[in-house]
Amino acid sequence: MPALSLMPPEFSIVRDENKCVKCLACVRQCGFGAQQYDAADDRLYTIDANCVNCQRCVSICPTGALTIYKNPPPLRPHAYWTENHLRNIAKQAETGGVLLTGMGNDQPFPAYFDRLLLNASQVTNPSIDPLREPMELRTYLGRRPEAGGMMEGREERQAKTRTPLVPIETPIMFSAMSYGSISHEAFTSLARAAKEFGTMFNTGEGGLPGDLYDYADHAVVQVASGRFGVHADYLNAGRIVEIKIGQGAKPGIGGHLPGEKITAAVAATRMIPEGTDALSPAPHHDIYSIEDLKQLIFTLKEATRYQKPVSVKISAVHNVAAIASGIARAGADIIAIDGFRGGTGAAPTMIRDHVGIPIELAIAAVDQRLRDEGIRNQISLVAAGGFRSSADVVKAIALGADAVYIATAALIALGCHLCQKCYTGKCSWGIATQDPYRSRRLNPEIGAERLYNLLRGWSHEIKEMLGGMGINSIESLRGNRLHLRGVGLNEVELKLLGVKHAGEAM
Amino acid sequence: METLNARSLHYQVLNESIRNLLDNGCRELVLKNVNGQRYIGAGVRQQARLEIHGVPGNNLAALMDGLEIEVFGNAQDGVGNTMNDGTVIIHGNTADITGYSMRGGRIFIRGNVGYRVGIHMKAFQDKNPLIVIGGQAGDFFGEYMAGGNLVLLGLDLPPGEAIAGNFVATGMHGGAIFIRGQVDPERLGKEVKAVAPTAADQQRLQEIAGEFAGYFNLEAEKILARPFTKLIPYNKRPYGTMYAY
Repeated sequence: MPALSLMPPEFSIVRDENKCVKCLACVRQCGFGAQQYDAADDRLYTIDANCVNCQRCVSICPTGALTIYKNPPPLRPHAYWTENHLRNIAKQAETGGVLLTGMGNDQPFPAYFDRLLLNASQVTNPSIDPLREPMELRTYLGRRPEAGGMMEGREERQAKTRTPLVPIETPIMFSAMSYGSISHEAFTSLARAAKEFGTMFNTGEGGLPGDLYDYADHAVVQVASGRFGVHADYLNAGRIVEIKIGQGAKPGIGGHLPGEKITAAVAATRMIPEGTDALSPAPHHDIYSIEDLKQLIFTLKEATRYQKPVSVKISAVHNVAAIASGIARAGADIIAIDGFRGGTGAAPTMIRDHVGIPIELAIAAVDQRLRDEGIRNQISLVAAGGFRSSADVVKAIALGADAVYIATAALIALGCHLCQKCYTGKCSWGIATQDPYRSRRLNPEIGAERLYNLLRGWSHEIKEMLGGMGINSIESLRGNRLHLRGVGLNEVELKLLGVKHAGEAM
Repeated sequence: METLNARSLHYQVLNESIRNLLDNGCRELVLKNVNGQRYIGAGVRQQARLEIHGVPGNNLAALMDGLEIEVFGNAQDGVGNTMNDGTVIIHGNTADITGYSMRGGRIFIRGNVGYRVGIHMKAFQDKNPLIVIGGQAGDFFGEYMAGGNLVLLGLDLPPGEAIAGNFVATGMHGGAIFIRGQVDPERLGKEVKAVAPTAADQQRLQEIAGEFAGYFNLEAEKILARPFTKLIPYNKRPYGTMYAY
């Protein structure tokens, strides 16, 4: 990279010298080298160009001496050639590389969750008070038996090859984040919180570290195209096996975990040599069709003796409903769909910001398609990709999901400030890094407690919203779109979401 | 030794029977009349020997961890898919993605193989998977290979026939491929280079040829009579410079 960038720094760090006590905590904790100390002159200074605005220094400064400001746009404002475009072009002119980013799509596309409103009971049907009355959030994931009328012999075989249902105490699970993309501390926090709350965490495609097999009963173990860390023990230890086809942040492409992040421990978990790139090809090379997918599903079921439900995770793309129908018919027990707001440890910026569709529309389309085909009740539908609050969760379930996966929200609970630099491995918060100096900042016990708190808070809010609607079980909300109304949506959007406009009666 | 007649058995019934026998201590099992049943040996962890007469279906020995399987016939796609350990000997041809993501164990194939064989093969600690092919290989041989060894012999190659298809070892970033004789440089992926085998390689090839010859009643000296070409990746991080950080 040339020494001189044509672009001025994006952020400015301002230090209040009256407050600063020169404890140098900011210098030690900045993962990106923006905070510097000159010992010869006993002077603190900043390199603004390195600052990613992760807020670590601001948060840990004991005297509150630091503030980070976003610099004004480098050129005169332009509605078409935005600052982002100029910065990206300059960066590519300087490096010749593919633009990389982390976390989910940050562009101002419509958020349908914000255009949907929930119902509540008034007078004619009583609302329920979850503080005093039972309220069921437990959800069972997996395949339900087909209706009767099967060919002779098939029924018996189906009984033998039916995988068990998996209960979760709240319809919220932690979405896939691999060990390697996140630190062992972050991974452990998720595993502990999932076990304590009675829900699931997801290993992502990097295997399950040997010291966390105690938590495997609450693990969704992923099988992705790279097949990292996939072996019979791993599959049999997990509670659910998930075939990862796609990810909302980067539909249609694979992933490269750079060699720098393949430490000895990550290599041992992925079962690959230390320091080589871990390349996940875009497709699974044994899956070129629904029929091929069926073969991988049943290979995994055979290998686990039909004791583990198989989930298939895809990103929400234009033809998602037909693909989901194919997945259901291929013998999957759970379909997981990841919308375009879904996070990632690393994705090409152009893919993250321009490929895929909103999860709200995908849930509605898939639920409707499976209902039209009469197979919705056979399979569980898990939605992922940008759930920011319990209200988003309730709306997703009313649109037709059985449960949701959260990941970005979970990382925010662990301290993430969405600086979007996960791919650098320099995370100041100890989350997206393999550097022990940084990762040990995250105490897994405290991390697990924060995640547990988040699940507890959201779960209680869900109960309140359900009670308000006069419903005492999350199951009664699933696909119950009469409890949703759109605001400011056009006719096509309302039709796709299957909801009426606010103001329309039942 | 137990014998199972697989004729007209659904694969789920057949595989359940195999698992039950192995669970109950059977260490030598012969399957007769196998005709396309899938997933035989999938995820099986026992140390035992399985003899298959007929044509097993896709994903034979997938995720397998220890079994020895000998097939008297051809096999189909995905032999040894994500296999961890064990041995597979095939007295015929196999189809596409043989040894996909294989981490350990060995596969010996007397005949030809299809496309993308050895794709994303790995190595890990003491695990160093091996696939030996008596005949020819299709396109994308050793694609994305990350570890282990592929040995391609090209025995009985008809005149004018190429030993391997196009795009050999594209994206390869670990392990080594040994090809008996020469391979047209135009068929190689840009991530690999051809080098001469070292003395240690020659020693290993002698052992491999000896074992291969033993399984298929051939003469190891004839196999070793032609020199081998070794293909290795330029770099274990082929895409390290692709991104703007």
